[in-house]
Amino acid sequence: MTENDQSKSEPTPALPAEDQSTADLRAADVSLDTAGGMLEPSIVPVSSQSGDSGAQHGSLLRRIVMGNGFVSVLAVIVALFLGGLLIASTDAQVAKTAGYLFARPADFLSALWSAMTESYVALFQGSVFNPRQGLQPLLETMTVATPLICAGLGVALAFRAGLFNIGAQGQIIISATLAAYVGFAWHLPFGLHLLVVIIMGVLGGALWGAIVGILKARTGAHEVIVTIMLNYVALFLLDFLLNTAAFRRPGDNSPISPRLDESATYPVLIPGSRLHLGFLVAIALTYGVWWLLNRSTIGFEFRAVGANPVAARTAGVKVSRATILVMAMAGALAAFGGIAQVAGTEKVLTGGVAAQIGFDAITVALLGRSTPWGTFFAGLLFGAFRAGAVQMQIQTGTPIDIVLVVQSLIVLFIAAPPLIRSIFRLEPKKKNKTPKAAPKAALVNASGGAK
Amino acid sequence: MSATTTAPKSGSTALPAFRPSMKVPLSLGILALIALVFFGFLGPDQTAEMKISDAGDAVAVPALMIPGQVGGVVFGILLLAMAAYSIYLWTQGERSPKWLPIAFAVVFVFALLVWIVAGARQPSISLAGLVAGSVTLAVPLVFGSLSGVLCERVGVVNIAIEGQLLGGAFTAALVATMTGSPYIGLIAAAAAGAAVSMVLAVFSIKYLVNQIIVGVVLNVLVSGLTGFLYGTLMVPNKEQFNTPGRLDILPIPLLSDIPIIGPILFEQSIAGYLMYIAVAVVWFGLFKTRWGLRVRAVGEHPQAADTLGINVNATRFWNVTLGGAIAGIGGAVFTLVTIDSFTKDISGGRGFIALAALIFGRWNPIGAFLASLLFGFAYNLQSILGIIGTPVPSQFMAMLPYLVTIFAVAGLVGKSRPPAASGIPYVKG
Repeated sequence: MTENDQSKSEPTPALPAEDQSTADLRAADVSLDTAGGMLEPSIVPVSSQSGDSGAQHGSLLRRIVMGNGFVSVLAVIVALFLGGLLIASTDAQVAKTAGYLFARPADFLSALWSAMTESYVALFQGSVFNPRQGLQPLLETMTVATPLICAGLGVALAFRAGLFNIGAQGQIIISATLAAYVGFAWHLPFGLHLLVVIIMGVLGGALWGAIVGILKARTGAHEVIVTIMLNYVALFLLDFLLNTAAFRRPGDNSPISPRLDESATYPVLIPGSRLHLGFLVAIALTYGVWWLLNRSTIGFEFRAVGANPVAARTAGVKVSRATILVMAMAGALAAFGGIAQVAGTEKVLTGGVAAQIGFDAITVALLGRSTPWGTFFAGLLFGAFRAGAVQMQIQTGTPIDIVLVVQSLIVLFIAAPPLIRSIFRLEPKKKNKTPKAAPKAALVNASGGAK
Repeated sequence: MSATTTAPKSGSTALPAFRPSMKVPLSLGILALIALVFFGFLGPDQTAEMKISDAGDAVAVPALMIPGQVGGVVFGILLLAMAAYSIYLWTQGERSPKWLPIAFAVVFVFALLVWIVAGARQPSISLAGLVAGSVTLAVPLVFGSLSGVLCERVGVVNIAIEGQLLGGAFTAALVATMTGSPYIGLIAAAAAGAAVSMVLAVFSIKYLVNQIIVGVVLNVLVSGLTGFLYGTLMVPNKEQFNTPGRLDILPIPLLSDIPIIGPILFEQSIAGYLMYIAVAVVWFGLFKTRWGLRVRAVGEHPQAADTLGINVNATRFWNVTLGGAIAGIGGAVFTLVTIDSFTKDISGGRGFIALAALIFGRWNPIGAFLASLLFGFAYNLQSILGIIGTPVPSQFMAMLPYLVTIFAVAGLVGKSRPPAASGIPYVKG
């Protein structure tokens, strides 16, 4: 429903002709990006900036319903299959049976199958449902997904304004540090305390993001470089602070902060799980970002700047103000991830408070095609991977790193639909000059007709 | 500040009022004042001892003894003089010469060093060891930033340096162990780096996926792959898969006995020598050969290059691949020189430092080399600080390369401009 609204509210910048090939489409994107080579290109191609500028750019949900969603599903399947092959390739049983492959191929195949599936079954059991705990793992998935969604929204929002925000990691760290400090050092009444924690965290994240925006707007410094560097600065800053008396537990030398006050933490939603109020906050934020992008003037300015900064400036948008504002907002969104970590999931501040969340957030936003709800569901999916991987490692001994492999493969395949099509020989043999590229419009029409 | 808006008194009359940016003079001035106040007036009382030659060296050079406070004042005045010269040039409407910021940086770093050492619990440091250690730490950075230079000069943004380093490090350890020869491991590392690069090239050139996206995702992919294989192969069977041995140190006779520069230049493993060769070759190739001209043309204006009959995408593909191979060798340094085994995420963000070095070095091989050395120095200083015990927390030293890079991209340390077509896919027609 919201998806329809979105497509109505947003004119399509590059309307693909019926028989245009993918290469032409991309070329159109590129020339649109740079106004035919006249402009400094924005770092993010139009196709990624606007969630629905063409058929292939919808949210995850829409893309699954629409024709191109098929490619996304295939991308996930291929990524899982390749990950499975990787698991099997190091499996002892597979190696043993491969020794007499030609004598008894069935042994090899069954070993291959069980090696590939066992890990994924464990992953599923750890992230969605298993007979012992019921749906308890699903709650854990939602808990793990919360910071991913928040930080992913931050990355996605910056994306839409044409900014590549690699800095979610640093923004999470700074916000978590401030929020945690207020949480354990100040002792305020119930309700007010949590509010102060959130405000301080958001201020920290917004400040850390705004630095990037200011540098970009004032000096033209590339935001990719600045955000990467600020991530490390934040990391070392946290490391330093955790080694000061103010942040350590009294009488303890290990770099762990005291536990946050009860009044400073998100209430648990379902007793017996770790799922906390932060998840509902994440849903609200998703809706908020959707509203901001599609219903507000500021959001329109952001998208205008993302699509073509020079045209936006000509049209009267204050580009530098929009840049600073969008980075501050991105930082504030990522900050909710940091707050969810310290005030919800972990309740203490450690050096690893941000884990890989800031980096996962980038892949989450990419998978969600930078739309708020797409990011939300992508965050849930990656949250499931993260939550399930722990169980998988315990049950089958498969290292958690396999999740990184599968995640990155999914994003790679989704970013390059022609690759998936050529793997599955999906390209229709038509009059196209470039046989590799499937005509997108045809696919869209097919699914549109079905609807 | 108002001077920027008023017309210059003694400017040329033919041209409209031209003023070079005052960022350089201004930032030099501020830094010089900081040095004078903090290193000089508020400097430590102790005398810093800088040992130049070790006890066992053939040529004994006496140690430098620099009193903290006096040294700080002297260096501060020297820095102020340089800043004043830069400001004077600015008032004359001229840019500061290129050597000025470099000389300033060298003096500033030395002043910083004296300040740190003189303020330490044990105010003595081996200069030779410090410099040699810095170079050792800088070797992977140099290879990584050269990879970045090659890729960006041809118009492909390479965020995947981290992945190339990590892939090289892993493959070097694995292949060197399995074949028993670190040299084969070194070659395999180059191949692995090239393989990572080829994925970057195929996705960004053939499938026109945003290069930064591919780079970011590739880093994750390589981290996941190597982490997975480390967990399943190397941890259970260390003897079989993760004992690569080290590349031999090949000292050049006589030359390696020269104090300070001897061990740096002439007492290296093959990877160390390769580093110097690679910097020289890439510099010469890019700026003095027909190949380099073509590469730079493709990176600056692919349409023009295409019109002249250069195959833009093929040039990009092979350059990116070559860059990956170079970064792969850099990765091998982690597992074949620095330590002799692979651990998870051994590159630890060095790829991003290399990226910073290439920007700080203004997309120039020699600049990238010097910047890498500076960052290697910061790394080394950070570990030495822990040993001699200084008032400066080591975390702030660790931050330094990153902060310096932010200043660099913000234009405070001169203007850095990437190749014009860097990051834009080229579609013919």
